Amino acid sequence: MVARDAILGKIRKRLEGRPGRADMAAIAERLEQHRPNLVPARGQVPLDRRIALFEEATQALSGTSDRVGDVSEVPAAVARYLRQQNLPLQVRQAPDPRLDAVPWSQEPLLQVGRGVARPEDQVSVTAVEAAVAETATLVMTSAPETPTSLNFLPETHIAVLRTSQLHGTYEEVFDDLRERFGPGVLPRSLNFITGPSRTGDIEQTLELGAHGPRRLHILLVEDAPENEGQ
Amino acid sequence: MQPTSLDFKDNAKAALADPNLQRAMAKLREGFVNRRGTATEALPEFEALRDQSRDIKDHVLANLDHYLECYEERVEESGGHLHWCETAEDAREAILRICRSVGAKTVTKGKSMIGEEIAINPFLEAAGIEPVETDLGEYIVQLRGETPSHIIAPAIHVTKEQVAADFRDRHTEFPADRSLDEAPTLVAEARQVLRQRYLEADVGITGANFLVAETGSSIIVTNEGNGDLTQILPRVHIVMATLEKLVPTLEDAATILRVLARSATGQEFSTYTTVSTGPRREGDLDGPEQYHVILLDNGRSEMLGSEFQDVLRCIRCGACMNHCPVYQAVGGHSYGWVYPGPVGSVLTPALIGVEQGRHLPNASTFCGRCEEVCPMRIPLPKMLRHWREKEFEKHLNPATQRFGLKAWAFVAKRPRLYRFVTRIAASLMRTKAGGKGRLSSLPLAKGWTAHRDLAAPEGPGFLQQWQAKGRR
Repeated sequence: MVARDAILGKIRKRLEGRPGRADMAAIAERLEQHRPNLVPARGQVPLDRRIALFEEATQALSGTSDRVGDVSEVPAAVARYLRQQNLPLQVRQAPDPRLDAVPWSQEPLLQVGRGVARPEDQVSVTAVEAAVAETATLVMTSAPETPTSLNFLPETHIAVLRTSQLHGTYEEVFDDLRERFGPGVLPRSLNFITGPSRTGDIEQTLELGAHGPRRLHILLVEDAPENEGQ
Repeated sequence: MQPTSLDFKDNAKAALADPNLQRAMAKLREGFVNRRGTATEALPEFEALRDQSRDIKDHVLANLDHYLECYEERVEESGGHLHWCETAEDAREAILRICRSVGAKTVTKGKSMIGEEIAINPFLEAAGIEPVETDLGEYIVQLRGETPSHIIAPAIHVTKEQVAADFRDRHTEFPADRSLDEAPTLVAEARQVLRQRYLEADVGITGANFLVAETGSSIIVTNEGNGDLTQILPRVHIVMATLEKLVPTLEDAATILRVLARSATGQEFSTYTTVSTGPRREGDLDGPEQYHVILLDNGRSEMLGSEFQDVLRCIRCGACMNHCPVYQAVGGHSYGWVYPGPVGSVLTPALIGVEQGRHLPNASTFCGRCEEVCPMRIPLPKMLRHWREKEFEKHLNPATQRFGLKAWAFVAKRPRLYRFVTRIAASLMRTKAGGKGRLSSLPLAKGWTAHRDLAAPEGPGFLQQWQAKGRR
């Protein structure tokens, strides 16, 4: 702890008595209150606008999305997408109870595995923690039923998002996370995913699928009435 | 990394004569600059968010000791380990200790400027551990044995053909006659090669864009997803971060994130923003078993409370260099150390000493574009001026320049003498210019007139006109 005390001591000496100094109690209070700063108006709109915003922005990011009325329509929507993309009818599904309601047997040709991503898996299907309309961002959290590798290893990622999970801003998601995990506590990984993987590292031209998924397809399950407001 | 900042002039000359680099720099002007303009105009709150971002960082810097203590507590509560390191050497040793403790042979790395600053790659190699860069640009630069020339686009100076040649040379597992003409093929090949490296690696090292005091988390932003595969697949995740990366809360991070991507690449949000907190939890099927944070000072604490404190607000977006006429002309390698562009010209003298970095504060036209676009509103030109003052105090600039400045100061402090001398000089220049009104050479200013003509003064000067019009 010699280095720790040396660094903190040096900082203290240089900052003592300077403008903007607060005491530890004030700092602790600021952390406890975690007040939002200015939040852009763009995402703070009723649900139908949030959905439209999310879909437009997803498209602009070279992602794709599809609306389904109910979880029971997910298998057909997944199979349709895989056929369109000329991909094998084989997916790896997160061992997530929220996806257990999906009646996969309706698509007998579709092979569904469950568990963590393996190097050979081409397509993953996950449920999301939440989403943010402001920038068409998916929010994923790690847990035994939602392994993070499914969001990154396969070349194609299909995410199931219920419209009731579509928030306007990141700040709304933070409040939900605090409620779920407790103040100041987060799961190991909290991932904000905005479109498919990309790189501009070869002559500044945009290429998709650098290391993460080349394709990001979002299935919007309409489970909330669109006129419910925010 | 051994600095070559003292060779700035020679480096710059070579850069100006390099057609590949000049082509890349022309593209940068169209690409990053225009995209930033479009993205910032699309968000009405952008300017107000810049103000708030500046205020958040100012508040953190003024209370950095407190925030570090809060952060430390949270890291430990979440099962992570914090390693306080005063110097680059301390950081290298701490990283090596962790690698050795798990018998690491390969280490994958996400993009990190601190990694360059502490030169971790050669150090690990010397210790028998293979570091593998995974960001595509960093990977290319590593294959070529070079250093990054831009903080967010490390291989911006390399052409597609050069990448193809390097891949053909190094990826010998593929048929030698394969086609590598197009960028998508190159990206796909790198993806395939690096995929294997992620799976083999024992340790993954990433940098951090932010450390969050509220939760003890580190945050990285990437577009490729390499930083994520680097940290979730190996058994150990090491984060390298400097003290000033701290922000109080997730809300504060969100505010700064809203200006970061827009300023950097002109995206609304980077593809992957990843918040990592501690090791994998009980029952988790993936994620690292160990989470370490290398918390590095390396000269930052010395900058607190000094005239250079504001530069610690920097979030490494690269906007200042993208918009800098000097960077646009000479590229990043000319600056001779880790951080190029205007922010590099302020940081480098602070981190490696003004003697070594003394040319950099002069590599500026003081046009002020950097400050105009800096999302954190860092007064970069003012700080460059502070460095020039320090150089003068330390007698680091050439004797002729010092004599010239002193002579000018002597004259400028005496208004009558000043008027007399300038009137004579103006009339001499007028005569020498003849009817052309332009001077193609001038004693003591050959460096200036070598590349352009100087307009000769015409007619009476301002003061003469002012007097003639009855001071109105």
